[in-house]
Amino acid sequence: MKKIARASFFPVLAVMLALLIGAVLILIQGKNPVLAYGFLLQGALGNKGAIAETLVKATPLIFTGLAVTLAYRCGVFNIGAEGQLLLGALGATWAAIYLEVPAFLVLPVSLLAGFLAGGLWGAIPGYLKAKRGLNEIINTILLNYVAIQVVSYFVTGPMKEPPGYFPQSAQVPQAAWLDKILIGTRLHSGLILGLVFAAVVYYFLFHTTYGFSVRLVGTNRDAAEYGGINVPRNFVLAMLLSGGLAGLAGSVEILGVRHRLMNGIASGYGFDGIAVALLGNLHPVGVVIASVFFGVLRTGANTMQRAVGIPASVVGIIQALVIFFVVAAATLKDPSLLRLGRREKGEDKAC
Amino acid sequence: MVTSLLVMKGIVKRFPGLLANDNIDFEVAPGEVHALLGENGAGKSTLMNILSGLYVPDAGEILLRGKRVTITSPKEAIELGIGMVHQHFMLIPAMTAAENIILGLRSPKEPWLGLAEAETRIRALSERYGLSVNPRTKVSELSVGEQQRVELLKALYRDADLLILDEPTAVLTPEEAESLFAIIHRLAGEGATVIFISHKLKEVMRISDRVTILRHGRIIGTVVTAEATSAQLATMMVGREVLFEAFPKSGGGSTVMAVKNVTYVTAEGKKALEGVSFDLRESEVVGIAGVDGNGQSQLARIVTGLLPPASGRIELLGQDMTGKTADCFIRAGVAHIPEDRNKMGLSGDMSIAENLVFKSIDQPPFSSLKGFRLHHAQVREHALKLAGEYDIRSAGVNTFCRNLSGGNRQKVILARELSQTPVVLVAVHPTRGLDVGATDFIHRQIIDARDSGCAVLLISSDLDEVLRLSDRILCIYEGKIMAELSGKEPDLERIGLLMAGKGAEE
Ligand SMILES: Nc1ncnc2c1ncn2[C@@H]1O[C@H](COP(=O)(O)OP(=O)(O)OP(=O)(O)O)[C@@H](O)[C@H]1O
Ligand SMILES: [Mg+2]
Repeated sequence: MKKIARASFFPVLAVMLALLIGAVLILIQGKNPVLAYGFLLQGALGNKGAIAETLVKATPLIFTGLAVTLAYRCGVFNIGAEGQLLLGALGATWAAIYLEVPAFLVLPVSLLAGFLAGGLWGAIPGYLKAKRGLNEIINTILLNYVAIQVVSYFVTGPMKEPPGYFPQSAQVPQAAWLDKILIGTRLHSGLILGLVFAAVVYYFLFHTTYGFSVRLVGTNRDAAEYGGINVPRNFVLAMLLSGGLAGLAGSVEILGVRHRLMNGIASGYGFDGIAVALLGNLHPVGVVIASVFFGVLRTGANTMQRAVGIPASVVGIIQALVIFFVVAAATLKDPSLLRLGRREKGEDKAC
Repeated sequence: MVTSLLVMKGIVKRFPGLLANDNIDFEVAPGEVHALLGENGAGKSTLMNILSGLYVPDAGEILLRGKRVTITSPKEAIELGIGMVHQHFMLIPAMTAAENIILGLRSPKEPWLGLAEAETRIRALSERYGLSVNPRTKVSELSVGEQQRVELLKALYRDADLLILDEPTAVLTPEEAESLFAIIHRLAGEGATVIFISHKLKEVMRISDRVTILRHGRIIGTVVTAEATSAQLATMMVGREVLFEAFPKSGGGSTVMAVKNVTYVTAEGKKALEGVSFDLRESEVVGIAGVDGNGQSQLARIVTGLLPPASGRIELLGQDMTGKTADCFIRAGVAHIPEDRNKMGLSGDMSIAENLVFKSIDQPPFSSLKGFRLHHAQVREHALKLAGEYDIRSAGVNTFCRNLSGGNRQKVILARELSQTPVVLVAVHPTRGLDVGATDFIHRQIIDARDSGCAVLLISSDLDEVLRLSDRILCIYEGKIMAELSGKEPDLERIGLLMAGKGAEE
C-alpha cells in the first residue's frame, strides 16, 4: 500500500501541475477552466459510449506504453514505437488479407504477423546498438520516417484496394476482426488483449530470469557484463519484444477499429506511448492507468473544443506538460535518468 | 579554550527504517585537522552530507562561527565557506579542469565566460597550496589524484575555509596520498579547517589534531590524537579489540590456474602487460604487489574473462580458457571482487537481494524451469542469510544498493563472490574503504576460502594487506612481473625496490 502511494506520488503531482497550467491557459483565453475540464470529463466519461471511446483510445496506448517500458528497463530508449506500430499494422493487414489459412486461424496469425513485423523493425536499431554501438534514439526516430513511407508505398501501390481511388488497403476479412465487447460502441477485445499483455510483461520483467537480466543491463551495463550476461543479446531481445508490442498496438488498431490500412493510422500513439510509460512509472500497472488517462484526454478534447470553444490543442499542451513534469520529477528522484544512453554509469551518491 | 568554528548539536537523521545519525554533538576548532572515524555505515558521510547541504537533518542545530545557520542546499553551504570533496568525484570528464572549477558560478565578466581570469586565479591557488594541476587539461585525462586536486581547487575557488574530505585516500596510490597530506598541512597552515574521513588509522594518527569516533550513528567520543594510540582508536570504533593476528602460511597444492606469457596492449598502443606468467595453486594466496596502474587492472580482467589478452594463454584446471567469455569463467568457478565496486560490482538501482544473486540467478534454488521462473522467496532468504553472515547493515535486503554506505556495498560484493565456494578468487582491493573490523573479517574469509582449497589471486595497493595474506608475492612494475618472493618473512626493502622497477634479477 505504502509502495503504491510512493510510486504514484510524482505522477499524480505531475498531472495536477499540468492541469493547473492548462487551466491558466484556458483562463488567458477568457474561458472558464472548471467548465472546460467539466466538458472534457463529460466527453470522455459521461456515458457508456464516451467511456467506450476512451478505452478504444487507451488500447493501443497500453501496447505502446508497454513497448517503451520494456525497452527502457533494458536501458534502451525506444522513440520508435510509432514506426514499429505502423509496421505492425502493415504486417497484420497483409497477413489478414493475403495469407490463406483456416478462418479460425486468421486472427491469431494476423496478430502474430503484426508482432513480428513490429519486432523486426525494432530489432534493427537494437542490433545496431548491440553490434555497432550506434545510438538507438537517433535510429529509432529515423526509422519512424522510413516506416511512414513504407506504409504509404504499400497503400498506394501493392496493397491498394481495387479499383484504386483511395490510398488505402482492402478491408480485412471479418474473420480477422477483434470482437466488439460492448454493444453499440467501438470497444473491442483488443483491450482485453492489452491487459493480458500488461500481465505478461509484468511477469516477464519481475518473475523471470530473462527479465532480471534485462533489468540488470538497464540499471548497470558494466555490472551485467561483469556478471556474465550477454549485454548485446539483451539489447536485441529487448528491442525485438518492444517493437513487437508496438506492432501489436498497430495490429489491434487495424483488426479492432479501422479494419483497413491507410496513411496516418498511427496518429501519435507511438509517441504518446513514451509519455504513458514515463507517467506509468515504467511499470505495467502504471502503464495501464496512464493509458486510460491519456485516452480520457484524447477523447474529451473534442467535446471541450465544441462546448467551450477552446482549441483541442490545449490538451496537447497538457499532455506535453505532463511529460515534462514526470521527467523533471523522475530526475529529482534519480539523476541517472538524465544520463540515459550514456555508456558510463557511475555512482552519484557520496559515501 | 578557543571558540569553536563549527558546532553541530543534537543532529538526528533518519532514513526509512534506519537511524543514521542519532543525536550527534560534534565540534570543530578553527584551523584544526579533525578526523572522523567510524565503522562502515556508522553515519560519517551522512553527517558530512548534512553539513554540505545534501541532506536536511530531522532535528538538531548547526552553529558556524557562533552563529546559528540552516543549510538546505550545497549552494548555501558554499556561501558559508563549507566545501566538500566527495568520495566519488562530481566532475564532468569532457570539460577542462578550469571549466569544472567555475561551473555554476557567475562570471564577473558576464556574458563572457572569463576563463582566462579564472585560470590565473586557479594557478595562484595551485601555487599557494601546492595543488599542481594544469587548468587546461580535460578531466578525463587526469589521474585520480589530480581529479581530487581539482575538487579541492573547486572548493578553494569558492573561498571555502572549512573543507570536508570524505575518504580521500581510498582511491589514491601511496605517493598521491603523501602529497595529499602535504597539501592538508599547507591548508591548515594557511588557516583552513579540515575534516578528514578515513578508515586507515595510520593516516589518522599522522595527519589529524583530534579524532571523533562514531559508532552506530552515535558519538563515542573525541580525543586529542597525540594522546591516543591506534589500538585505542580501533577499540573505540568497533567496541571490541581488533587483533590483526598473523595467519599461518600455506604451501599450496596442485596448479589450478596457469597464466602463460600474457601480453596486453591498450587502445593507445601502450603495453599494459608484457610476458606475464604465473601459476595459482590450490589452497594458496598469491599477492600482486605494485603501485596502482602498473597493469593490475588489465591482469584482473584478463584472468576473469572480461578482457581477451593480446597474446598468451589462460588455463583453468588444464583447460584452455583463452578468449572465453566472462560467463564461462563464472561457471568454471572463478569469483571476482572487482576494482570499482560502483561501476562494475553492483547495480545501484537494484536491491541488495538482487545484487547478491545476479551471477547465479539462472540456477536453483533462485530459479526453476531451466532458469526461467524467478523465486523471490529463495532470493530473499539467501539475502537474509548472507546479510547476517557478512554483517551487511541496511534498512533491509530490499534496499537499493545505491543507498548503502561505501563499506556495506563492498560487503555485498564479497558475500556474493565468496558464498559461491569459488575455485579461484580474484580479489582486487578487497578491503578498500572498509573499516578495521570489516577488513579483519574479510581477511579471515579469504584465508578460510584458501584453507578450503580456493586459489586466491590478491591484487592490492595496500602492501600491509598483501604481506598479511599472501603465501607468495609477485612484484609487478610496468606490466612485468619483476620477481617472485615467498610470503614467509619477505624482504620488505627488496619489495619496495622491485615495485619501483629496480633490483630485478637477471
Ligand atoms: N539515501 C539513503 N537512504 C537510505 N539509507 C541510507 C541513505 N544514505 C545512507 N543510508 C544508510 O545510513 C547509514 C549510514 O551511512 P553513511 O553513508 O553515513 O555511513 P559511513 O559512516 O559513511 O560508512 P562508510 O565508511 O561505509 O562509508 C548506512 O546504513 C546507510 O545504508
Ligand atoms: Mg562514507
